[in-house]
Amino acid sequence: MYDIVSVKPLVAVLISLLAVPAIVASRSPNLREAWTFLAAALKFAVVASMLPAVWRGAEIGCTVARVLPGVEIAFRVDAFGLMFALVASFLWIVTSAYSIGYMRGLNEHGQTRYFSFFAVSLSATVGVAFSANLFTLYLFYEMLSLATYPLVTHHQDQEARSSGRKYLLYTVGSSIGLVLPAMLVIYLLTGTLDFASRGILAGTTGSRTLVGVLLFMFVFGFAKAAVMPLHSWLPAAMVAPTPVSALLHAVAVVKVGVFSIVRTITGIFGTDVLSSLSLGEPVLYTAAVTILAGSFVALSQDNLKRMLAFSTIAQLSYIILGAALLTPKGVTGGMAHIAMHAFGKITLFFCAGAIFVATGKKNISEMAGIGRRMPVTMTAFFLGALSIIGMPPCGGFLSKWYLVQGSLQAGQMPILVVLLFSSLLNAAYFMPIVYRAFFCPPEQAAFAERLGEAPLFCVAPLVITALISVGLLFYPQPFFRLAMMAAQKVIGM
Amino acid sequence: MEDLAANFLTKYNYWAFIALVMIGFYAMIVKRNLVKKIVGMNILQTAVILFYVSIGAKRDADLPIIAHGHGSASHAVHAADYINPLPHVLMLTAIVVSVATLGVAIALAIKIYRQYGTLEEDEIGERIRNA
Amino acid sequence: MNANLPELIVIIPLIGAFLITLAATVHGKLCFPLAAAILTGALVSAVGLLGRVLAEGVVEYHLAGWRPPWGIGYRVDPLNGLVLVVVAAVALINLLGTRPLVEKDFGDRLGPFYTLYVLFVTGLMGIVVTGDAFNLYVLLEIAAITGYALIGMGNPQRAPLAGLNYIFMGTIGASLYLLGVGYIYLVTGTLNMMDIAARLPALAGSRLVMTAFIFCIAGLCLKMGFFPLHAWLPNAYSHAPAAVSSLIAPLMTKVMVYVMIRIMLTVFDPGFTFGTMGVSRGMVWLAVAAILGGSILALGTRHLKRMLTYIIVAEVGYMVGGFWLGNRAGISGAALHIVNDAAMTLCVFLAAGTFFYKIGGESIDDLQGLFRKMPVSMAAFAVGGLSIIGVPPTCGFFSKWYLISGGLAAGQYAFVGALLFSSLVNLALFFRIFEIAFFEPFQEHHGAHGAPAGTARQEAPLQMLVPLVLTALGLVALGLYSGDMVSRLIEHAIPAGIV
Repeated sequence: MYDIVSVKPLVAVLISLLAVPAIVASRSPNLREAWTFLAAALKFAVVASMLPAVWRGAEIGCTVARVLPGVEIAFRVDAFGLMFALVASFLWIVTSAYSIGYMRGLNEHGQTRYFSFFAVSLSATVGVAFSANLFTLYLFYEMLSLATYPLVTHHQDQEARSSGRKYLLYTVGSSIGLVLPAMLVIYLLTGTLDFASRGILAGTTGSRTLVGVLLFMFVFGFAKAAVMPLHSWLPAAMVAPTPVSALLHAVAVVKVGVFSIVRTITGIFGTDVLSSLSLGEPVLYTAAVTILAGSFVALSQDNLKRMLAFSTIAQLSYIILGAALLTPKGVTGGMAHIAMHAFGKITLFFCAGAIFVATGKKNISEMAGIGRRMPVTMTAFFLGALSIIGMPPCGGFLSKWYLVQGSLQAGQMPILVVLLFSSLLNAAYFMPIVYRAFFCPPEQAAFAERLGEAPLFCVAPLVITALISVGLLFYPQPFFRLAMMAAQKVIGM
Repeated sequence: MEDLAANFLTKYNYWAFIALVMIGFYAMIVKRNLVKKIVGMNILQTAVILFYVSIGAKRDADLPIIAHGHGSASHAVHAADYINPLPHVLMLTAIVVSVATLGVAIALAIKIYRQYGTLEEDEIGERIRNA
Repeated sequence: MNANLPELIVIIPLIGAFLITLAATVHGKLCFPLAAAILTGALVSAVGLLGRVLAEGVVEYHLAGWRPPWGIGYRVDPLNGLVLVVVAAVALINLLGTRPLVEKDFGDRLGPFYTLYVLFVTGLMGIVVTGDAFNLYVLLEIAAITGYALIGMGNPQRAPLAGLNYIFMGTIGASLYLLGVGYIYLVTGTLNMMDIAARLPALAGSRLVMTAFIFCIAGLCLKMGFFPLHAWLPNAYSHAPAAVSSLIAPLMTKVMVYVMIRIMLTVFDPGFTFGTMGVSRGMVWLAVAAILGGSILALGTRHLKRMLTYIIVAEVGYMVGGFWLGNRAGISGAALHIVNDAAMTLCVFLAAGTFFYKIGGESIDDLQGLFRKMPVSMAAFAVGGLSIIGVPPTCGFFSKWYLISGGLAAGQYAFVGALLFSSLVNLALFFRIFEIAFFEPFQEHHGAHGAPAGTARQEAPLQMLVPLVLTALGLVALGLYSGDMVSRLIEHAIPAGIV
């Protein structure tokens, strides 16, 4: 059933969960953070140790429990899942360092709870990445929604409460209301929920309407992907402490949403079935609308984190768009964009947090001249922004290039236009910030002429991620090769 | 019409039991006094007991005690000669159950009376609302 | 010893109950250990019996050696073997977990309390194990009468009235069931369930049989609090003493659902139940109403236990609706939900009892800051809540899975919709509580040191926490083993004719 039977995937999922008791029981904050680092490092090591086998094209898996007839809790590591898990588990290490700088710098309460639920969230994220079937994926998806709730509402004030409500309503409400019934219908139609490389719906007697409805139940039901109109939880979730926004709402949680959508499109429906029913296009245009609308709204935001949130909404739909192109290059670009966007966007969030720690400023209008105060941070911000816009010398260029080629392959000229126009919009909302940060006239600058960066624990992570963003253009492995392998498996070359 | 009358006369035990059940239901649902409700409940239970007892009856049959017991194996025992004892035995248990239920019900009614000084549901409800 | 297991299951608690009364005359402190020993004995016998059923198939036992149809026969198949274990386990865990509550409320009446407690369990065990329709009535009333008395021991303001109303409704229900049995006896001349089942098919068209069926169903629906006959349930369960609600709420309705499944599938023929009678659709629609009604009523109250009782009303709708779908998935879901719902109801009621013990308030607004004050109990409550919402891998998800797939297979989309709706309402219900416990009293976040005033840690005693936490962990374990439970136990209890 699996090429290599190994408990490594299970171990990778459980490590961070097992760290929770240790984190809770730690007497001193330093010991507690040591546990987090240990778990993060081990988790990354276990995930990375599976790379050689997957690189050769093998799949690693194990079955944990048979819970329903034909449905198991089971893990299977393939190229796509491993790519996502590598990104998430690596960035957890970086974010942990950043969390220490941020949380201690702001003297936040409830730090033990914070680090505990962070660990649980990472378990769930890697669980989603390694799921062998839709049921296991759903299980970890729900676990992630619930584990991130205390993180989103960390401040425990009125605003956190209403944002938390919105967060739950959108993510859990849609998964119970849409994904669960869709999953049951698939189960009744096929008798299985296992992901297959070419989908499991081929050969079943589903009409185009039925398949289309099911497809959209997944696209909207995995609301963590923030496809419009189910996107507004993401800006609301920005009340969370910045490291949470950075890792969870730019990488782990939202990428779990798009990962789940791409997985169901490729592993459940199958690219062949969708292209024969020409169901790629509706998804394509839904994603395109989200891309444009998200970018336009981002233009009008003054709160930096909210702007980044809308930018994320737009960028997430790139990935869905890539998968919905149903062409090899498009799928490759979409999958690779998970990694490329992750490094770029987390850098931007780290910068936003560092600015807040150092100066207490949240709004773009108050950041004029900040480049002179925090040159390192703002340089990193510039690089991150370039990656999101998709310009060299950053990795974002690569995935966007593939998306453009993919839309050419598919003959979708309107999509090509959307992609290019959206890049312009990205530039339009990022570049003024950078420009005003460095080049605003001294009389307009909001800051005195002296250096004042955030604490080292804040700055070092964002420098690292910014450098990686740049490095990914020149050496995009292993992510790019994994994305290509995954695309080859689901659609052929 | 004649049918109905004949039906009524031959199956009068069932009609009686139905009437009693209805009286019991009526008291339990319509009456607002707790003791009257308890009485209604008891009537209902008694009606079911009556139903069971009456289905054991047979015309021209005797008590199910075999009079010519020992040493008279030559006499065959005809079921038709005796009423069916099983429902009656069952009802011994049912009577015990109904007595026990009645006991608990009255005990609770006493508790309620001590608490509110009344057994009228409307007055109790008013006192709960005011409390 | 092993051969007499079916009898021991009832005899141990029956004799034990009287021993407790005797022990109470010596010293009140003896009652609890004695009750714990008795229920442990019952649990061990139940587990042993289930093991035997798994190994040998259906176990038949004739009381005092009288062969049916003359004597009373006990009959244990995989389904009631499972329910027996659930009843015994829930009763024992609740006994252990509520000891401080009981001593606080009934310090001077420990003898009567534990006697009634154990007698109640006797009644339920008897209901589940018996294979005789009239014997079932008697045991039903034993459980009910002790239940009335236990409920009546609650808050003197409200409990006696709630208990009395429960008596009225319970008695009507039991009388209707008894009438139904009477009609069956009238046409078949026997009371043994298997015997009746053998004779009924020949009489399938008889109006008397149909009347009997209707009476049985109506009586059972009243007893299980099936919408719209649920009015007695919220009052009775929410005004009962805390230690009693967490006993009766998980068990009574679930055992009644078991009885319904038993009567409808074993006594009446499935073909008759789902075919000839033609009530299936109506029952499913009533179940939809129960689920929607229970959920909405639960939203309308801020009294914690009362809210949980309305959830029970909805859950009864799940089980009844699932059963009347009449297909394998639906009936499996209903049977599985008997187990799962008992466990999760126990979990949330035990947690509610724990809160009540430490805080004294029963409104959800009294739960402010509870994640800080009682983190362990609150976490257990959260697991129970998630299970009721239906989040995998807790057990509540899996029964819902079967129920929904049964509903889809039967084309009963309203039922499916109602299940999903109730999941969402449960989400709102429990997160409303989590929010109060997590956010309130509000605090200034930046630079706030330590806990706000009045939220110092004050966790419940260990003897309450351990059973509670075990129950919460059990919910996850039940979820992971639900596949086994269905394939090894429940599947075998569903007649082969049902697809």
